[in-house]
Amino acid sequence: MPLDTHFTNQKFKQVGTRPLRPDGVDKVTGRAKYGADYNAPGQLIALVLRSPHAHARIKKIDTSKAEKLAGVKAIITSADLPDLTAGDRGMRDMLENCMARKKVLYDGHAVAAVAAIDQTTARKALKLIQVDYEILPHVTDVDEALKPSAPVIHNDIFTEGVEPTPTKPSNNNKRASFGHGDIEQGFRDADIIVEHTYKTEQTHQGYIEPHACVANVSPDGQGELWVCTQGHFVYRNQCAALLGMDISKLRVTASEIGGGFGGKTHIWTEPLALALSRKANRPVKLTMSREEVFRCSGPTSSTSIDMKIGAKRDGTITAAHGVLRYHGGAFPATWAEFGAMTAFACYDLKNVKSESIEVIVNRPKTAAYRAPSAPMAAFAVESAVDELAKKIGMDPVELRIKNAAKQGTQSSYGPVYGPIGIGATLEAAKNHAHMKAPLGKNQGRGMACGFWFNFGGQTCCDINVTPDGTVTVAVGTIDVGGSRASIGLMAAEELGISYDNVRVVIADTSSLGHNDMTDGSRGTFSTGLATIAAARNAIKVLCARAAKMWDIPEDAVVWEDGHAKPAGTNAGNFPPLSIKEIAAAAGNTGGPIAGHNELVADGAGVSFATHICDIEVDPETGRSTVKRYTVIQDAGKAVHPTYVEGQYQGGAAQGIGWALNEEYIYGKDGRLQNAGFLDYRIPVCSDLPFIDTMILEIPNPNHPYGVRGVGETSIVPPLAAVANAMSNAVGIRLTHIPMSPPRVLKAISARKH
Amino acid sequence: MSGVHVTTTINGDAVEFVCNADEPLLDVLRNRLGMTGAKEGCGTGDCGACSVTVNGRLVCSCLVLGAEVQGAKVGTIEGMAKGDQLHPLQKNFIAHAALQCGICTPGFLIAAKALLDKNPDPSEEEIRFGLAGNLCRCTGYDKIVRAVQATAKEMRGA
Repeated sequence: MPLDTHFTNQKFKQVGTRPLRPDGVDKVTGRAKYGADYNAPGQLIALVLRSPHAHARIKKIDTSKAEKLAGVKAIITSADLPDLTAGDRGMRDMLENCMARKKVLYDGHAVAAVAAIDQTTARKALKLIQVDYEILPHVTDVDEALKPSAPVIHNDIFTEGVEPTPTKPSNNNKRASFGHGDIEQGFRDADIIVEHTYKTEQTHQGYIEPHACVANVSPDGQGELWVCTQGHFVYRNQCAALLGMDISKLRVTASEIGGGFGGKTHIWTEPLALALSRKANRPVKLTMSREEVFRCSGPTSSTSIDMKIGAKRDGTITAAHGVLRYHGGAFPATWAEFGAMTAFACYDLKNVKSESIEVIVNRPKTAAYRAPSAPMAAFAVESAVDELAKKIGMDPVELRIKNAAKQGTQSSYGPVYGPIGIGATLEAAKNHAHMKAPLGKNQGRGMACGFWFNFGGQTCCDINVTPDGTVTVAVGTIDVGGSRASIGLMAAEELGISYDNVRVVIADTSSLGHNDMTDGSRGTFSTGLATIAAARNAIKVLCARAAKMWDIPEDAVVWEDGHAKPAGTNAGNFPPLSIKEIAAAAGNTGGPIAGHNELVADGAGVSFATHICDIEVDPETGRSTVKRYTVIQDAGKAVHPTYVEGQYQGGAAQGIGWALNEEYIYGKDGRLQNAGFLDYRIPVCSDLPFIDTMILEIPNPNHPYGVRGVGETSIVPPLAAVANAMSNAVGIRLTHIPMSPPRVLKAISARKH
Repeated sequence: MSGVHVTTTINGDAVEFVCNADEPLLDVLRNRLGMTGAKEGCGTGDCGACSVTVNGRLVCSCLVLGAEVQGAKVGTIEGMAKGDQLHPLQKNFIAHAALQCGICTPGFLIAAKALLDKNPDPSEEEIRFGLAGNLCRCTGYDKIVRAVQATAKEMRGA
């Protein structure tokens, strides 16, 4: 029976409490097994040879010397990975990203891979592989890549979304436009207009665990893959497709994941490990180094955004127009489109237009990074809105409240909103003690808003009632931040049993149906829905078994507080049967008791947040320190509030790092110059204050408990919140992220002159 | 390459191993001794995920050679709990949700223990600077600092 997903406003016994996470002890004792913690008997060690050039034609690869080295068991190049993608451009790009074919497209692009008896031998073998390159002109800057003089990276890319389709190839793979109303008229109606171009530099998700896998493929065509991933079913499907395997023959087991934030939603080296294993007929372990993670996994886009917003003197925004250029790295993508869709989502606008321009550059293939594309767009919009407030002489929170989207607002990207939380987060910010706290010298306060869609998608869940009445829950979405606890809570809530009597595991790909990956803040939302449905199905079986034990009709039994009870006095006078008693009798009443569910989770509730930031700027050095930070976000319903707070805090910290320090630095030679944590500086403990959180709960009408996704929105406002704080601290409005000390110092001294 | 024979003590147990002369202690622990609690996040001493103690001193095991721990006393995350009794830091990291993905957690616990061994009553600033060599990308450090504060208070009271 399909799940009725309408919000019911039920009273909870367990959802909303804060039990300990089931993976806690394993993680504090070093027992939890991550990608690189697994070894297979007889395994080989694989390493990847990578291009030192940003753009070059591969003239020849000679592996003959390396093949002769003792201990080398297999070497692969693109010749070992025939193109089986049958015209699917996305899959072909994925294949080409995993291993360069005719050209290398970025510094770090894989050209060959070796499996040997140990790391030392593999390293020696890499040095013996000779690659002849014809170096080509390259471009790494998002604006430069659009110039007519820029080298064209793919000669078969003709801009999609313009009429007529261009006849010349370019680095602009797609254009799109969103919005409604008449912006020309809107700007004519405006009393004040703010217009700037904003830039943000490329950042990396910065997960602490490098990508790692162990592949084991037999000559009979069956394979196993142990891997750190946000989506083991997706990895399975993609690897099988690229390697010509039957999907059912490849079993993928997900390790514990040491952070992903979107960066482990794509395959990178996994097909190489599988191909090496198939060729060598041995298990192959392949772990990326940190340098490889930076150079050749999937960081986010750098961007260049033209933003124009106009308003009446009373603060009513009359028109907003954005042109957003995002790069997808060396392959076509649609990241600018996400930026354009999210840019104005916080506001109720009569006239709005956002245009996206997708750009291809000689950088690694861009992957998702927490609310992908939204933070950069929000940086531009929220900076401009703040400046507008200043020009009008209006409080920035008031201006936002005046223009905030509400239920019934037609969003800038199309849909009409149901109940949403932007207004409530703004009101909470306005009344928050943080807003009234005194500021010191060179300190300033800023605030900003953010939006994220949240996703649903294909999901399934198996609940098994074990013979002693305790319960196992098998799910297919990776636990990235405590979802096993939240799913356990929801199963316990439905079944009416103790959280301690539920064990949640992430099933391998042969033990459960396909699940989309954990992305789009969908883990707790989607798997929660499947779990609730599976639990309700298990309850039906439990009631049927009780009916059998009492010899009464099935519909004369109800489930309450973990017990089967007769529905009324007419049904008979039986003492309640516990899940334990029903489970113990299962062998005589029809066999094992289980509940299953497979669904496409629709109706993910959109998410909004408002952040408040205090910073102090040292005018001598340009160094900025965040002194106080508050996150206010709508969770719909916080299933496990502590882990919701953790998502708010973690996203804010990443956003602060993005705002102040983090950036990919490419040299004129097109090579990445800071591929390590020393030079790509993410926030450390002494860089940050405590991050205060406030969870608002505006129920998602499309979830029985009201749950919305919570994982991503928290990274959207910080770039602008920090920039707005900087503007108030030292009177400089920076339009280029990160606001690193040299940029701040330059702006301060420019203002003095 | 001929191996180096090393006799050492890890978590109180006598251990012998043979390693290459250029092999980091981290690789010895993980690949030769099966102790995968110390993690490799960078291999260059920047992330602290591989933190261990050598003769009581906090080090990144990726920057120490296996051959260097001859005759030394090495402490790893596998030795932090005593039997089935978790160390107060371990308990408080779970109770305060000081971990999300958990990959940095063993390193943080080793670093936090080294800090509290030296300074049982650290200020917030001392905790933040004491743990500044360990990167966490999930938590924003908030709940980590709170877990260490709670542990320091608890251990002083005990």
